[in-house]
Amino acid sequence: MTQPVPEGPSPWDDAVLAAALFAIDPAGTGGVALRSLTGPVRDRWLALLREYLPEGAPLRRLPIHVTDGRLLGGLDLAATLRAGRPVAERGILAEADGGVVVIATAERLGTGMAARIGGALDAGEVFVERDGIALRMATRIGVVALDEGMADDERPPPALLDRLGFHLDFSSIRLDQAVRPSVTATIVAAARARLGQVAADEKIMEALCGAAMGLGIDSIRAPILALRVARASAALEARDNVTDADARVAARLVLGPRATILPAPPPPEEPEPPEPPPPEQGENQQNEDDKPQDPGEQELQEILLEAAQAAMPAGLLAQLQLGGGGRSRTQSSGRAGALKQSTLRGRPIGTRAGDPRSGARLNLVETLRVAAPWQRLRRHEAAQAAGGERAANAPRVEVRRDDFRVNRYKQRTETTTIFVVDASGSAALHRLGEAKGAVTLLLADCYVRRDRVALLAFRGREAELLLPPTNSLVRAKRSLASLPGGGGTPVAAALDAAMALADAVKRKGQTPIVIILTDGRANIARDGQSDRPRAEEDALSAARLLRAARITSLLVDTSPRPQAQAQKLAAEMGARYLPLPFADAATLSRAVKATTAEPDRGLAPAR
Amino acid sequence: MSVSFPFSAIVGQEEMKLAILVAAVDPSVGGVLAFGDRGTGKSTTVRALAALLPKMKAVVGCRYGCDPAAERGLCDDCRQRLAAGPLKSHSVPVPVVDLPLGATEDRVVGALDLERALADGVKAFEPGLLARAHRGFLYIDEVNLLEDHLVDLLLDVAASGENVVEREGLSVRHPARFVLIGSGNPEEGELRPQLLDRFGLSVEVRTPGDLPTRIEVVKRRDAYERDPDAFVAKWKKEDDRLRRRIVAGRGRIAEVEVPDAALERAAKLCMALGTDGLRGELTLVRAARAVAALEGDHAVGDAHLRRVAAPALRHRLRRNPLDEAVATTRVDRAVQELFGA
Repeated sequence: MTQPVPEGPSPWDDAVLAAALFAIDPAGTGGVALRSLTGPVRDRWLALLREYLPEGAPLRRLPIHVTDGRLLGGLDLAATLRAGRPVAERGILAEADGGVVVIATAERLGTGMAARIGGALDAGEVFVERDGIALRMATRIGVVALDEGMADDERPPPALLDRLGFHLDFSSIRLDQAVRPSVTATIVAAARARLGQVAADEKIMEALCGAAMGLGIDSIRAPILALRVARASAALEARDNVTDADARVAARLVLGPRATILPAPPPPEEPEPPEPPPPEQGENQQNEDDKPQDPGEQELQEILLEAAQAAMPAGLLAQLQLGGGGRSRTQSSGRAGALKQSTLRGRPIGTRAGDPRSGARLNLVETLRVAAPWQRLRRHEAAQAAGGERAANAPRVEVRRDDFRVNRYKQRTETTTIFVVDASGSAALHRLGEAKGAVTLLLADCYVRRDRVALLAFRGREAELLLPPTNSLVRAKRSLASLPGGGGTPVAAALDAAMALADAVKRKGQTPIVIILTDGRANIARDGQSDRPRAEEDALSAARLLRAARITSLLVDTSPRPQAQAQKLAAEMGARYLPLPFADAATLSRAVKATTAEPDRGLAPAR
Repeated sequence: MSVSFPFSAIVGQEEMKLAILVAAVDPSVGGVLAFGDRGTGKSTTVRALAALLPKMKAVVGCRYGCDPAAERGLCDDCRQRLAAGPLKSHSVPVPVVDLPLGATEDRVVGALDLERALADGVKAFEPGLLARAHRGFLYIDEVNLLEDHLVDLLLDVAASGENVVEREGLSVRHPARFVLIGSGNPEEGELRPQLLDRFGLSVEVRTPGDLPTRIEVVKRRDAYERDPDAFVAKWKKEDDRLRRRIVAGRGRIAEVEVPDAALERAAKLCMALGTDGLRGELTLVRAARAVAALEGDHAVGDAHLRRVAAPALRHRLRRNPLDEAVATTRVDRAVQELFGA
């Protein structure tokens, strides 16, 4: 894997090229994910894009917390009341039809919003079923997602990224490099006119698909987007046919940034396919498939792989070479937890019909909004009921129970921390006191975070639930203080119990965190027999279950010296490992915070 | 886009296509959930369904598209019509209704007609999406992101087959029997267990892993985008053939025998897997019967059970900490143990 990485054009050249290609076919290429802090380079690029887009093409900025009514469209209340008939209002997506939507701070975009935008991108239209209005509006748009994330996991939602052809990163571009390019708006416009007649050979499609696969790109949208970008590139070069050079551009701009593995060096050897067909079979199939094709194609695929590599960030290359980069699926599934995190904040996310008496908060403005169109009808009714005259004490605005709108909050997913304390003889003698101390410390943290806590202790032959999930930390402390020690160490039973409890917590829609305090020296097997080898085996298999369920966990090693057993247990569990001898109050608290901050850590091997 | 991608042109994804065909032949199977990777054509497949389904008979002038042949399921309007004389019917397409994210409750269940309230000061009921989906399919893309209060509402209607609206002193109830089709990506949020149970079949959708299939996907997509009409015309024959199979399957399903041996097999499989309740068993048998009807077979056999075992059962295994992929292997293993390799 030491083949030299070919030099590609400078990042700014590529950024300019992407802007031009995107402007040629905004809806087809999906859009641009632009990772960059605010700054002059980004501003220049955006100005350039505006120049390249067709004259008069709408460009709408989308605030990430926009309401559904504004995003998708709905009832225009003011116009409705004025006109005396329902007047629909277009949302930002439909307003941008034929143009571009710019999403600022896209790294904070919620999954729900990403799904709505993604749906509009896929269908080229938006369906609105809101406020008594049913609409279908064209939304042939491209999206520019301005990603100002700093950390690795601060990225726009994968559902959105998957649909945007270009992923650019401006962090390495200096201002003096961002010079005015030679491509002008006129050239772009000419290319746009030509796009419809650009033909692409099947061999280009095959090569792009092959290159995408060689780079470990799972999503089939990638080669589709790459093909469209290749077409746009041909149009930009005033060609009617997609050539190898265009495919190279597409590979560099579209496939490169999505790579999850390094392509195998020639002779081409399929990297392990992600799906069941075993490697040999996949290879045979492919060879058979390759035979009748002209030999040039294999070459093209290699050229594309090389081109894509040029666009891969240096860090990624190093990481991939170390074999540290997981396959796309593992990576993305690790995200599940992180995404859930975004629901932690309790932010109002709209309203729904509901009765404020049941404890929900009435949203007065929304309620009045809902009531407004019906006033005429209601007054009319009231007048009829009163015998044709308007009752003197009739309310100015008649609000009925049906109108009540209550606030909806994005539910804060509550965290339940499950403490699993080893109270066996081996741990009890000298460490139980310290373990209790550690738990007390952690409880204080839980109190700050308003977590719920549960307490499991294990000794003798079984694990015992001392305290079911509760908000009462006082009770937790009390039951901890009275915890006796002594007996065997049934680690497997304890982990099974923790697993069952964590699962129950999960099903309530809360996030479980398991914190285990043990020396890891299991000596009681699952069936209650004292049999050390079997006990250890059982403990490891129970640990694997926790890992498979992706439960965030932390293992605090309570033995006097860090134990290999406990470390192994933590590794099998996918838990963070923390030896207690080194764990003072601050370290412990930090470790728990770190664990809770990135629940997806549960998947990663312990470090 | 004006014409939707033809159903028969969808590459691979056999399990999802089969599940949808099964639901088309026998709606009582109870809905299809397609969960899986991004960009695998989940929505495309469902939207293609509308063009594939044979037309159905409906009462002329009925807002809910009542079935003239099913007297018991008629809406109140049609009952009155029936009292006045025989029902007139016409052929209409089977509805495949999209429930978009961001839909508000009033549009889902139906509400007062705003236009008439404003213009004429009259109270009139305007049916919502549930009414439109009656006797057809209700499709929810990203079903796992649907607002909870809408989910509750859907569950209620799906269970009772009837939609009840009380608003502004207006009280309307109308039949709303539909096949729920949901799709989504599990990475973006899990589905509530209550909603999961409601789906008869649950299919896993994966990105095709082999190169030739992937190339074919890209080629067809490209051909479709370049010239949708020509592409649809090219696949019309295949779609027609499939449509005839659905029609034939529907005609045949009542005659398909379910021998005791097959029932026993299904029961044993469910027992081996420890699925909760009888629903799994029932769905398994029904789905297998629909497969037999589609294939033109006269009795349900192991081959049919095998093909639908995973979609009918994988979401009904007792909650296991292991993820879905493992659930599938568990079903496969049980099938193999019971039916032989």
